[in-house]
Amino acid sequence: MNCSQGRGRASLLAGGAIAAVLFAAGCTPGTSAPAPAATAPEPTGTVEFWHQFTDRESKAIEGIVKDFEAKYPKVKVNITDGQDDDKTEQAIGAGNGPDLAQSFSTDRVGKFCSSGAWVNLKQYIERDKVDLNKIPPTVRSYTEFRGTRCSMPFLADAYGFYFNTKMLADAGFTSPPKTLSELTTMTKALTIRKADGTITRAGFLPQFGFYEFSPAHMSPAAGAKWFKDDGTSAIGTDPAWQEIMHWQKDLVDWYGYKNLAKFTASLGDEFSADHAFNKGQVAMMIDGEWRVAFLKAEMPNLEYGTAPMPVADSQASRYGAGYVTGNIIGVSKTAKNPEAAWALIKYLTTDTAAVAKLANGIKNVPTTTDALAAATELHADPHFKIFLDIFNNPASQTMPASAVGTAVEETFSQYLAKWQSGGGGDINAGLANVDKQINSLIQLAG
Amino acid sequence: MSAVLTDTAGGADRTAVGPLGGATRPRRWSAAKLRRRLTVLAFIGPALAGLGFFFVYPLLAAIYFSFNRVDLINPPEWVGLANWKFLFHDLNVRQAVSNTLWFIVVMVPARIVGAIVTAMLLNRVRRGRSTYRTLFYLPALAPPVVATLAFVSLLKPGTGPVNTLLAKVGIEGPLWFSSPDWAKPALVLLALWGIGDLMIIFVAALLDVPTELYEAASLDGAGPWQQFRNVTLPSISPVVLFSAVTGVIATLQYFTQAAVAASVASGDAVTGGGISGTFGYPEGSTFTYPLWLYTVGFRNGLLGYSSVLAVVLFVVAISVTLVLLRRFNAFAGSTR
Repeated sequence: MNCSQGRGRASLLAGGAIAAVLFAAGCTPGTSAPAPAATAPEPTGTVEFWHQFTDRESKAIEGIVKDFEAKYPKVKVNITDGQDDDKTEQAIGAGNGPDLAQSFSTDRVGKFCSSGAWVNLKQYIERDKVDLNKIPPTVRSYTEFRGTRCSMPFLADAYGFYFNTKMLADAGFTSPPKTLSELTTMTKALTIRKADGTITRAGFLPQFGFYEFSPAHMSPAAGAKWFKDDGTSAIGTDPAWQEIMHWQKDLVDWYGYKNLAKFTASLGDEFSADHAFNKGQVAMMIDGEWRVAFLKAEMPNLEYGTAPMPVADSQASRYGAGYVTGNIIGVSKTAKNPEAAWALIKYLTTDTAAVAKLANGIKNVPTTTDALAAATELHADPHFKIFLDIFNNPASQTMPASAVGTAVEETFSQYLAKWQSGGGGDINAGLANVDKQINSLIQLAG
Repeated sequence: MSAVLTDTAGGADRTAVGPLGGATRPRRWSAAKLRRRLTVLAFIGPALAGLGFFFVYPLLAAIYFSFNRVDLINPPEWVGLANWKFLFHDLNVRQAVSNTLWFIVVMVPARIVGAIVTAMLLNRVRRGRSTYRTLFYLPALAPPVVATLAFVSLLKPGTGPVNTLLAKVGIEGPLWFSSPDWAKPALVLLALWGIGDLMIIFVAALLDVPTELYEAASLDGAGPWQQFRNVTLPSISPVVLFSAVTGVIATLQYFTQAAVAASVASGDAVTGGGISGTFGYPEGSTFTYPLWLYTVGFRNGLLGYSSVLAVVLFVVAISVTLVLLRRFNAFAGSTR
């Protein structure tokens, strides 16, 4: 090969590389949905609606969508149920996403809004004069990110405390625990173990990551904060987290981590009739309000009660608060029929009759003040009413949105998994590393 | 035609040969050469296009994306070395690399040794050899997700059949996929169960070893181990090399089994968040490099940093392959 041939091939390769890079640089995923019309048009055409509900809950969604189609006969809604966030987001990125999508994960709002995967609804809201003040402040906070409202609340979830009344009565308790130390005492009294430590019945399962026992759901117990005012992680510096962690670790150590892991590994799946609470394998637990409907369907004769979650001994005044989150719904960036998609969102999230009907149907908390009052079935159910109270409690907390979605709680949970098994090392150093990792990820996300 | 071919070989003489003149002969030669080249190009064109679109372009794009903020929704935004700098501070990548290295060091040799031993035993079977080969090969046909689900159920602590049987003979079974100490070995067991793909190659390789070599070695007084060490192993070393290279590359990309096992064993409900929320269970022990690459890219929306991880993975895979090739060549040379 002579020099000119070598130069020619090198030029060819370099040209190819540059072309590939330019091609990559020019890859703008999908085309954006058109801007809203000046006045609300009559919704027409087909709407692709992806949601994450399944089975019984999915049927309730179908019912309410049929009501929408009856109200707007020129619209046909194609529903795809059982989707997940990763899939939806990838589809939107590829330009093949739905017109509107629903998610269970409020901690993804930051990502949806900041990336633009879900469009800013401000213009639609202002044009149609939607009164956001009818949505409680906590709910408003988890449906927007840095001033961008890219989602609307599509029913809410409130987390509280479930207890088996018969087991508590048999052990001599007349009411559920109100503080974490009371929870410890009652857990020890309600747990049944063999001589070798094998658990046959747990009073309460304090294993982070199992069922609904998570740092987010426990955060209201001590008012633990996720972020500082400057947007960086507060996990390592807020003493409330350490109060929760030390309480949790003491209880795990009482069981013995290995005994606890062995017991939880043998339990049934969370969303099945084999759930440990259904089968009497656990006496008390933290769970969402939707469990009321599951218990009614799966264990109609189970004697149980609901209450606000126990709080840290140092913050007894917080009793009554809980974790509040919910479903979110938004118009995809690549929506082909955004006006009809918005019309469906508006109907599902602001129409009082529709919200109340759906809330009654799938036993979730309504997200507008009017619908809260109108959902009479929910108020009449003493088990469920507790969760409405938790939802309305001003001290209830949610997970703030971040640009890295679920990475914040997942990073913390990774350390908690080590912590609870005894491998977390120095707690301050461990939490400092958690902060460092979270802050770096947030910085990368921009 | 032959004259043209001769000319092609001796380019220096082209203008001096033949009475037809230097002006016409090079043109005829060029046309023929061009035709031949086009014919060759037509045959290899589809392969080149595939290589370009599905290998070169994604590789160059990944390198470019690694210097950008990419979220799949918006055009890439140049961030310089920010993504690369984070690689050296990323706590998750350390754990992911550590777990992946563990799998490379343990799982790859275990599968190769297991496949060789199984193949040797099967070659010794006199009756029903085909039946046994089929039986041992069958697990390799099981889809990875199904196989992993079955293994998690079999090894479920407390209620799984394996621990139930162990308890009956007085042995307390481990927590398997729920124990950070046992989760990786349990995945190795799963990999060993599915060694049929490697085993069948070794069966063929072992049958190719000339029997005269064994006879000669036997006459020289070599025992079974010496025969294996000095006859069998050198003869099948190309297959061992192939298994090692493909095994290491596959393990660097180890994803499905680790993801499914963690998701099922964690007991966490897999709802709208997808299964990636459970990756690494328990305690990050099954958190492999590709799982982190996927999580950070598609769950956290940091495709730029994810591209850094992808480029590093590619470089490591190429480097390991080259090292293995050199080491094996040296090994083969020393024994031949």
